[in-house]
Amino acid sequence: MKAAAASRMRLTGMIRKESLQILRDPSSIAIAFVLPVVLLLLFGYGVSLDARHIPLAVVVEQADANSASFIAAFEHSEYFDPQAFGSIQAAQQAFDLREVSGIVWLRNDFSKRLLSQGEAPVGVILNGVDANQARITEGYIQGVWQVWLGSYARSQGVELSLPVALEPRIWFNAAVRSRNFLVPGLIAVIMTLIGAMLTSMVVAREWERGTMESLMVTPIRIGELMIGKLAPYFVLGMGGMLLSVAMALWLFDVPLRGSFWVLTAVSALFMLVALGMGLLISVVAKNQFVAGQISIITTFLPAFILSGFIFQVSSMPAAIQLITHIVPARYYVAILQTLFLAGDIWPIILANSAALLVMMIIFIGLARRKLHKRLDA
Amino acid sequence: MNTLHRIVALAIKELLAILRDKKSRFVLIGPPIAQLIVFGYAATFDLSHIPVAVYNQDRSAPSRELIARLTGSPHFDLVGYLDHDAQIAPLIDNKDALMVLHLGPQFSKNLKRGKTAQVQLIIDGRNSNTALLTLGYLRSIVTDFNIDWSRQHSGPGPPAILQIRPWYNENLLSRWFIVPGIIGLLTLVVTTIVTSLSVAREREAGTFDQLLVTPLRPVDILVGKSIPGILIGLIEGSFILLVVVLWFEVPLRGSLGALYLGMFLFLLSAVGIGLMISSLAVTQQQGILGAFLFLVPAVILSGFATPISNMPEFVQHLTLLNPMRYFMVILRGVFLEGDSYGLLFNQYWPMAIIATVTLSLAGWLFRNRMN
Repeated sequence: MKAAAASRMRLTGMIRKESLQILRDPSSIAIAFVLPVVLLLLFGYGVSLDARHIPLAVVVEQADANSASFIAAFEHSEYFDPQAFGSIQAAQQAFDLREVSGIVWLRNDFSKRLLSQGEAPVGVILNGVDANQARITEGYIQGVWQVWLGSYARSQGVELSLPVALEPRIWFNAAVRSRNFLVPGLIAVIMTLIGAMLTSMVVAREWERGTMESLMVTPIRIGELMIGKLAPYFVLGMGGMLLSVAMALWLFDVPLRGSFWVLTAVSALFMLVALGMGLLISVVAKNQFVAGQISIITTFLPAFILSGFIFQVSSMPAAIQLITHIVPARYYVAILQTLFLAGDIWPIILANSAALLVMMIIFIGLARRKLHKRLDA
Repeated sequence: MNTLHRIVALAIKELLAILRDKKSRFVLIGPPIAQLIVFGYAATFDLSHIPVAVYNQDRSAPSRELIARLTGSPHFDLVGYLDHDAQIAPLIDNKDALMVLHLGPQFSKNLKRGKTAQVQLIIDGRNSNTALLTLGYLRSIVTDFNIDWSRQHSGPGPPAILQIRPWYNENLLSRWFIVPGIIGLLTLVVTTIVTSLSVAREREAGTFDQLLVTPLRPVDILVGKSIPGILIGLIEGSFILLVVVLWFEVPLRGSLGALYLGMFLFLLSAVGIGLMISSLAVTQQQGILGAFLFLVPAVILSGFATPISNMPEFVQHLTLLNPMRYFMVILRGVFLEGDSYGLLFNQYWPMAIIATVTLSLAGWLFRNRMN
């Protein structure tokens, strides 16, 4: 009984000390609250895969009603900004200078072939350097072509009858807004950065200043010390987290179809993983310099590239997919994308949360063990 | 001792300070190589092994032919055939299939009668990019099927058809787009880490004041402190370049000199920004934090993964301050489009200006931020 009371006393004392330290040095408050807002604003608006107003060169070698109707279909599309060029050479020059991303070329026999045997070829040249955008542009061009086929058939007094027509239904994101897909993932990337920065930098400082040694000679136990260190940062991190979710919902209009409480619980779990990772880095690294370098290298780029935030994990080679399993953000991104867009789909939430739980135990357990070793040394 | 001599001595001392410590030596070499290989394979928008399921209520020869065109594609993996509606939702929800193709019982009947046969396509939209690409593939599969069907059954083909040709990257491999970008990504990270701490570390140790009272002028210190960052960046950049060409087999079509001129200007501006951060910082912690705060937006808003042209106007203007934005254009221009100096002029001069401004500021801060 007495031992428990003493432990509680030590713990509250430790948490109080840490909280006071945070309040005195506003840098960690800035990291927790200002940073997520700034980053989410910048990236929420800046990172987009939706192409609009793609500049397109249009070359019509013989103008008539048919070519005009074909070009009009591009002019009516929100995806394209067509610009007329007198010759294919002039269009190619603009293409080389990257003034246009593609060329649509109607040769002078376009109308003749259209009216005689059909299948009149329309030349389309795309800049394939950015293959992803080129593919998306290709899809839009095919869409415009389909629209034109329909209106051309109607102008001939017949209904367009394609042998097979696709009726696509995109679930969870009917308008295919890339923001709905990217913003939940951004929250995971930003929270990884913040969780690691909070602990890795701030705790390493205590080592360097030697104040950690002074703490060690007090009766406080390692477990209490760790809880005392993590608790205030956990509260800070969760504050930043809620702020990010609020921005996602009300600023970026991303729907939250799952339950808010599941989101909070999973985020709390992830916050512990991120803080645990930062703590481990700061315990392993001997000083702030190395701690800072390790946290830049192990948090930002892996969370950006290997988490499924933007690049689909299942499309990566098998060996790389294995590596993504050691990136905590991967699990959190999967949960967030599902919770925001699809709802409470338990098989996905549970499997990924279990992985996060395992990672939390490993990080915090390792940090605890290393902490012992340091004291013995 | 002349000035040149002194600068060289300082540069050597700086290099030794960076390379002496085993941990920081490792940080410069190990992670970039590992990340190059891992990211080179991971960072791709190309679809492969997309799990699809088929719900075919028709089971006729034409429906099987359409499905065969889908399952024959290397982009898709067939995970199974469904036999009722209720199976679709759980499959998509749990991500066991990213797409379900549904052919109704009337499919071949409509097709043979010359009526349009509808095919339902259900796609998981959680990853909107993958959804759009998947839809694009399906569209071209159906278009090809339609043209072949019309030809075989003497019906009229479409009045006009598209002949789409991508230039510079004929097979539209997104790896060719991303992997050259990694040269910029990793050299930026390494040079920023190296330089952003170089002044802060000496400030903390008190040796920077000593450096200021030596005969070295601030300009000399600036040059001496820039050389190691540029040298390390050039060596790493060249190594990554070799891996990109030899291992990832991305074609290098343009002028290597134009690429190196770009790399040099890019490193110069990265070093300038790093030294500026470093001389503003009072402690190493602030230096690292500053590096972080510069690197994250610089990478995300560079056009490395998502195009700058998709950003809102305001953010597009902001990216003009980002040296990595220009280097990305140079890398892809030289690698894929075969560019030379002339076409890249508009990418060179902004980096030269960024480098001049940041380096001068850093030099000025050396003296004017003494206490």
